[in-house]
Amino acid sequence: MTPEATLTKKDLKSDQEVRWCPGCGDYAILNCVQGVVAKLGIPRENVMFVSGIGCSSRFPYYMNTYGFHTIHGRAPSFASGIKIANPDLSVWIVTGDGDALSIGGNHLIHILRRNFDVNILLFNNEIYGLTKGQYSPTSKRGAVTKASPYGSLDNPFNPISLALGAGATFVARTIDSDQKHMARVLEAAAAHKGTSFVEVYQNCVIFNDGAFDDVADKKVRSDRTVDLVPGEPIVYGKERDKGLRIEGFGVEACAASDASVWNAGIPSPAPAMLFASIERGGELPDPIGIFRSVDAPCYEDDLHAQMAAVTEKKGPGKLEDLIYAGDTWEVK
Amino acid sequence: MTQTKEPGAELPLQVQEDVTIRFAGDSGDGMQITGNQFTSTSAVVGNDLATFPDFPAEIRAPAGTRPGVSGFQLHFSSKDIHTPGDRPDALVAMNPAALVVNIKDLKPGGIVVVNEGNFGANDLKKAKLETNPIEDGTLEGYRVIVVDINKRVAEALADSPLSSKEVQRCKNFYTLGLMYWLYSRPLEPTMNWLAKKFAKRPELVEANQKALQAGYNAGDIHEMFQGQYQVPACNDLPAGTYRNILGNQAIGLGLVAGAAQSGLDLFLGAYPITPATDILQQLAAYKNHNVMTFQAEDEIAAVCATIGAAFCGKLAVTSSSGPGIALKTEALGLAVSVELPMVIVNVQRAGPSTGMPTKVEQADLYQSIFGRNGEAPIPVVAASSPADAFDCALEACRIALEYMTPVFLLSDNYIANGSEPWKLPRMEELPKIEVKFRTDPEGFQPFLRDEKLRRPWALPGTPGLEHRIGGLEKEDGSGNVCYDPQNHQKMTQYRQDKVLSIRDSIETPGVEGPESGDLLVLGWGGTKGSITSATNTCREAGLSVANMHLRHLWPLPNGLDAIFGRYKAVLIPEINMGQLWRVLRSEYPEHNFLSYPKVQGKPFMASELVERIKSILEK
Repeated sequence: MTPEATLTKKDLKSDQEVRWCPGCGDYAILNCVQGVVAKLGIPRENVMFVSGIGCSSRFPYYMNTYGFHTIHGRAPSFASGIKIANPDLSVWIVTGDGDALSIGGNHLIHILRRNFDVNILLFNNEIYGLTKGQYSPTSKRGAVTKASPYGSLDNPFNPISLALGAGATFVARTIDSDQKHMARVLEAAAAHKGTSFVEVYQNCVIFNDGAFDDVADKKVRSDRTVDLVPGEPIVYGKERDKGLRIEGFGVEACAASDASVWNAGIPSPAPAMLFASIERGGELPDPIGIFRSVDAPCYEDDLHAQMAAVTEKKGPGKLEDLIYAGDTWEVK
Repeated sequence: MTQTKEPGAELPLQVQEDVTIRFAGDSGDGMQITGNQFTSTSAVVGNDLATFPDFPAEIRAPAGTRPGVSGFQLHFSSKDIHTPGDRPDALVAMNPAALVVNIKDLKPGGIVVVNEGNFGANDLKKAKLETNPIEDGTLEGYRVIVVDINKRVAEALADSPLSSKEVQRCKNFYTLGLMYWLYSRPLEPTMNWLAKKFAKRPELVEANQKALQAGYNAGDIHEMFQGQYQVPACNDLPAGTYRNILGNQAIGLGLVAGAAQSGLDLFLGAYPITPATDILQQLAAYKNHNVMTFQAEDEIAAVCATIGAAFCGKLAVTSSSGPGIALKTEALGLAVSVELPMVIVNVQRAGPSTGMPTKVEQADLYQSIFGRNGEAPIPVVAASSPADAFDCALEACRIALEYMTPVFLLSDNYIANGSEPWKLPRMEELPKIEVKFRTDPEGFQPFLRDEKLRRPWALPGTPGLEHRIGGLEKEDGSGNVCYDPQNHQKMTQYRQDKVLSIRDSIETPGVEGPESGDLLVLGWGGTKGSITSATNTCREAGLSVANMHLRHLWPLPNGLDAIFGRYKAVLIPEINMGQLWRVLRSEYPEHNFLSYPKVQGKPFMASELVERIKSILEK
């Protein structure tokens, strides 16, 4: 895309004071998003941020674009109406683990299957932050929180598997503290036509500090994560000497030279699902990057095409014809 | 009743002013189609009419059982009528269950046509009957016509290539033919309808047309009835072009009209729910009218998508019924908070909870006026009849767009599925709705209000107007998040004042009957027909009774106080436990309001209202 109007990050900062806790991962994400959106070549007035409820959902207030801070869990539904009404808008949904996967679980799966052309950023911090520290649908089983003093009994959702299962056409994962990686993933998400689902490991410094340190900390990151880059071998490690390959119904470690070349574009979500199923904190590195990116028709395009086709066939409708339809009679 | 004799006719032809008939059978017997055909034909003949279908929520309840009975009542007349009739003059009962469920409603001496073919031992058992009602005295005092319709249809279609099962499905058209003869209706409209309906299956066209003709001929030849009736065209209706319209259809058309008159595209977000689903289905077919429909994954998604479309400048509508509206509640609070225009259609049904999905009730008035957290005023408009639903839908659109507010449009199951002649508006008579989008960035603030307290409608995509809206309290003017105590008081007051000021744009409703007197009967919604008929009857009997009907339930129109003050008492019949009654008692505490609540899943009969009025005036 050739940028028409070049924006700077500063153009995208609103005049509102950012009010997340000092040290919150959201700052890094906001910074990265502003950088990525500025470079898209889309005029500011054609960008819309939509959110639900939660810490992350304050995001639209800090973007100098159009924005809608809606109600808990429903941002995808608002975005659906917005995209139908104005398909030209670049729509970004900002949501959290509770917002997207608990109260809004239904809307998330349905926007994914309809494949509206929007970008979903799921800030996953594995905790309810705005309500001050209860276990979320991504908290580990046994998590001790204010609402689970003896440990949570819930099994967590894996956001990537869930999105793949719902038929998402673009699925990726990134880390708040890795600006370069996040920018690459967000650029790919923005370029994807269809629903782009991006899980961001986001540190909640107050209620769940260090939740992702085992893989996301700078000291261990290169050994404990593996970046799925379409078209490239699946290698990782400081020396880029380790690899992963698909073997049977699983993924296994191998030498870099034996690593599979990652293909995110095949119709079946099965290989992506294999990588999504790698348990964080196990022997294998945690996959980040682009799990899936496939082309499919978008709901809003199909709807407008259907309207155009019917209009082409029947001619533009007239109210009078609808009112005066059927059997009519005259009273004199 | 006058008797004439048509030249050549064997039987006397009686002219009757006014007839009510009810078709009743199994929910799979095609009674709704039969009723609708009789209705269309009567409309073409020029009668005034009103219909009321009454069917079970189950698609096909167990055949032959009482819960499976589906009915369709039609009142047609040569004078101006207001209701589908209290009690039928004629009842068609396709099986024992249909007969026993409905016979108590038939007028004494009324005609009952019974399909004897479905009165075997097994049929009686399914209807939980120990004796055959045709023989056990149940039908004493009625004019009973017993026909084995199953057999007659089989005979008439002996040459048909259809299977015997398919042949039996033509029973309803045989029955319709019989009733067409009895009430001297032409066969052509139904013949044409069949030809169109089954165009792809000519054998079905032929069979059903033959059945219809055979039924008609049977009436003519077999002298089953003592004579034939004629209900001449109605000349009381104002001059104009008419069509028969169902309430749900009228709402769909009214919404399209709202879009056309405001120059906006129509967006409908909905989730299927009885009895509102028709609106979604109807609008989904209008793809060439700039109508976008979105069948969402649930009620909440439907309303949220609607609010999203409103932000982007569509005439945004969501349609549902009580339980679905309950789910939309939180989102409606947001719609109030962000002050975007939209129409929320509630086709009410009997509650609470799932209640009785196919039965009538008007018990969602509180839900509409008050049913949200916080101070969240929403204007409420209620349709009073199928044809009125068109005007009300247009009015709801007007208020929404003119005042930048969500608006409730109330209908009910009785209006939704009932029908009446609709005097079609001339296009140039329809009111224009003016809409202005903000485009000028100079001095733009998203919550800076104009003299009518409206905020600007600034569409995403407009350069220079980038702004954020949301459910957090907003600072007056800038719209920035604001927790200032005085600001919250001010914004709450603005939102309330804006909605209350709508009353200055609506007319005080007119009063029918004496300008002052003993009693004013006040109604809202679908009770209008019954109240009009009942108060007419009372006035004819010399009683000092007036009637008035409210279209705007919130805010209430100006001038009511003065009107109420001219009557000793105000009687409010409602199909709820007295919701409008309580609202009026709190708004106008100095007047004497009497409540007449009824919650039986059925509309008021005019006769029960007459009785209540008389008993009040006797005191």
